[in-house]
Amino acid sequence: MPQSPRTSEISTLSTRAIRTAALPKQRRPLSESGRKRPGLLLALLPAFVVLAIFYFYPMFSVLLMSFTDPEPGLQNFEWFFSQPVNLQVLWRTLIISFWVTIICVILAFPFAFFLTIVKPSTRGLLMLVVLIPFWTSMVVRTFAWVILLQDSGPIGQFMKLFGVDELGIMRTPTAVLIGMAQVLMPFVVLPIYTTMSKIDMRLLTAARSLGARPSKAFVTVYLPLSLPGIASGTLLCFVMALGFYITPAMLGSSREAFLSTLIQGQVQGQSNWGYGSAIGLVLLVVTLIILGVTSAIGRKTGGSVHDMVGGSKA
Amino acid sequence: MNQVSRTTKVLLGAFTTLIAIWLVAPMLIVFPMSFTADASFQFPPREWSARWYESFFTSPQWLGALGNSVLIGVLTAIIATVAGTIAAIAMHRSKSRMAQSAQMLLLTPMIVPPIIAGAGIYTFFLKSNLVGTVFGFVMVHIALALPLVVIAVNASLSGYDQSLELAAASLGAGRLKVFLTVTVPLIAPGVAAGAVFAFVTSFDEVIVSQFMVSPTLQTLPMMMYSSVTRTTDPTIAAAASLILGAIIFAFIFFQFVVAPLARRSKKRTGS
Repeated sequence: MPQSPRTSEISTLSTRAIRTAALPKQRRPLSESGRKRPGLLLALLPAFVVLAIFYFYPMFSVLLMSFTDPEPGLQNFEWFFSQPVNLQVLWRTLIISFWVTIICVILAFPFAFFLTIVKPSTRGLLMLVVLIPFWTSMVVRTFAWVILLQDSGPIGQFMKLFGVDELGIMRTPTAVLIGMAQVLMPFVVLPIYTTMSKIDMRLLTAARSLGARPSKAFVTVYLPLSLPGIASGTLLCFVMALGFYITPAMLGSSREAFLSTLIQGQVQGQSNWGYGSAIGLVLLVVTLIILGVTSAIGRKTGGSVHDMVGGSKA
Repeated sequence: MNQVSRTTKVLLGAFTTLIAIWLVAPMLIVFPMSFTADASFQFPPREWSARWYESFFTSPQWLGALGNSVLIGVLTAIIATVAGTIAAIAMHRSKSRMAQSAQMLLLTPMIVPPIIAGAGIYTFFLKSNLVGTVFGFVMVHIALALPLVVIAVNASLSGYDQSLELAAASLGAGRLKVFLTVTVPLIAPGVAAGAVFAFVTSFDEVIVSQFMVSPTLQTLPMMMYSSVTRTTDPTIAAAASLILGAIIFAFIFFQFVVAPLARRSKKRTGS
C-alpha cells in the first residue's frame, strides 16, 4: 500500500504505541538462506548483557524478596491482603486507571476519525498536537497541570467570575484523572488512527448502497474494522496507567496514592523490602492479567475483522 | 470524504478542536509562567521578569542537573542505539526460535511497571555502590531505552527490500561493504528515530532515577520533580520552558531533517 511520507513517520512513531503484548511476528519471506546462523545470536549479546545485569537481575531479586525478606514465607502477602489500606490503594489504582482508559478511548475515537477525513494539511497540524505532548517530559506536562488546576490558576480565576471561590480540584481524584488522561491520550489516538487510516472507505459506500443508513453503516462496518486499533490503544493506556507514579504524586494527595507510590514508600522510605516487593509482585500480576485478557480479546476481534475483510473480497 | 455529512463534520471539528486545546494549552501556559516576577505560581503573573531564568543559569544545582541529564542522555542514546540496532538486525535475520523469544525479552521494560525495576535497582545499586554514578545511570537507562530502539529499527527493517543486499553482494560487494553502503543508509531513519527515542527516554526518566540519584548526582527531571513536590520555587517553570523549547526544536528537526531523509530512502528503494 502506498503510504504518504507523513503517515509512514506516524506509523513509525505509533509502532511504539501499538506494539504491546504481542509483537507482530515478522517472518520475512525473503532471506539469503534457510540455514540457521548461530553467529547472529552473538550480535544480541551486548544488548542482553546490559539488560540482564541492569534490569532482569535487579527486578527478579526484588520480586524474590517478597518471599524471603525478612524470612522465607508468605507473611508479606498476608500483610498486604490483611491491611485494608493496601486493598484500598489497589482498588483505587484499578478504578482510576479504568476511568482514565475509558475517557481516553471516548475522546480519542472521534479525534482519530476526524484525522482520517480532513485534508492533509489539517491532519498534519492535528498530528503535531498529538505528537508534541507525546514527546514532552511527563514532569513538565504534569507541572503544567499543577499551575492550571491550583485555586489561583487560570481556571480558578475564571470560575471566580461566576462566584466560585475555591476551585478545589487540586489534590483530588479529578485532578489525577484530568492529568493522566492528557498524558496518556496520544498513546490511544495513534493506534486507533493507524488502524482507521487503513480502512477502505468504499466499504461504507457499499453498505449504504445496500440500503444501510449512515449510522448503521458506521456501527456495523466501520466500528468493527477499527476495533484492533481500539483494543491496542485500550491495552496500552490501561497498562501504562497502572504503573503511573508521577502524575498521582504531583496532582493527588496521599489519599490518591497509587500502588507505585506505596512501593516507593515501603522500599525507599521505610526500608521494608519485603512489603515493598510484595506490592510490586501484586502490581506485576495485575498488569499481566490485564495484558493477557486484553490481548485475548484483541486476538478474537482481530480474527473476526480479518474474516470480514476476507469475506468482503469474496 | 463524502461519506460524512456536513453537520457531522462540523460537530467533529468542534469536538476535535476542544481536545486539541486540552492537549496543547497546558504546556503553553508554562512559557508565560516562567516570566513571572512573583515567587509563587500566581497566574496570570502580576509582573514580568526573567529572574527565574537567571536563577536557573546561576544555580550550580540546576546547571549541574542539566549537565548530568544531557551527558547521561547522550551516552544512553549512543550505546542503546548501537546495541539495539545490532540486536534488531540480528533478530530480523535469524530464523531461530531463540531470536523470537529474545525480542519478547527485549521489550519487557516497556510492559513491566517501572517502579518494580526501580525498587530492584535500588537494592542492587546499594549493594554494588552504584548509587549516584553516571555509569549506573547510563546502564539502567540503556536497558529502559532498548525496546524503543528495537521497535524503531524494526519498523524500518520490515519496510525494506532485502534483495537490494543480495543485488549488491552479487555485484561483488563484501559483507561489510554491503552493510555500510546498502543496509545502513536504508535503515538510517529508523536508527535516527531510535536514537531520539533513547535520548528522550533517558532525559525524562524519573521513576527509576529517584532510586539512583544521590546528593552529588541529580538529573534535571528529578530536580524538577522534587522542586514541585517539596518547594514552590518558580525556577522549575524556567527549566520546564527550556525543556519545552528544546523539544519543539527537536520536533522541527525531526520533521524537517529526519523525515525528509526517510522519504528519500523510501524513494531509493522504490517501494
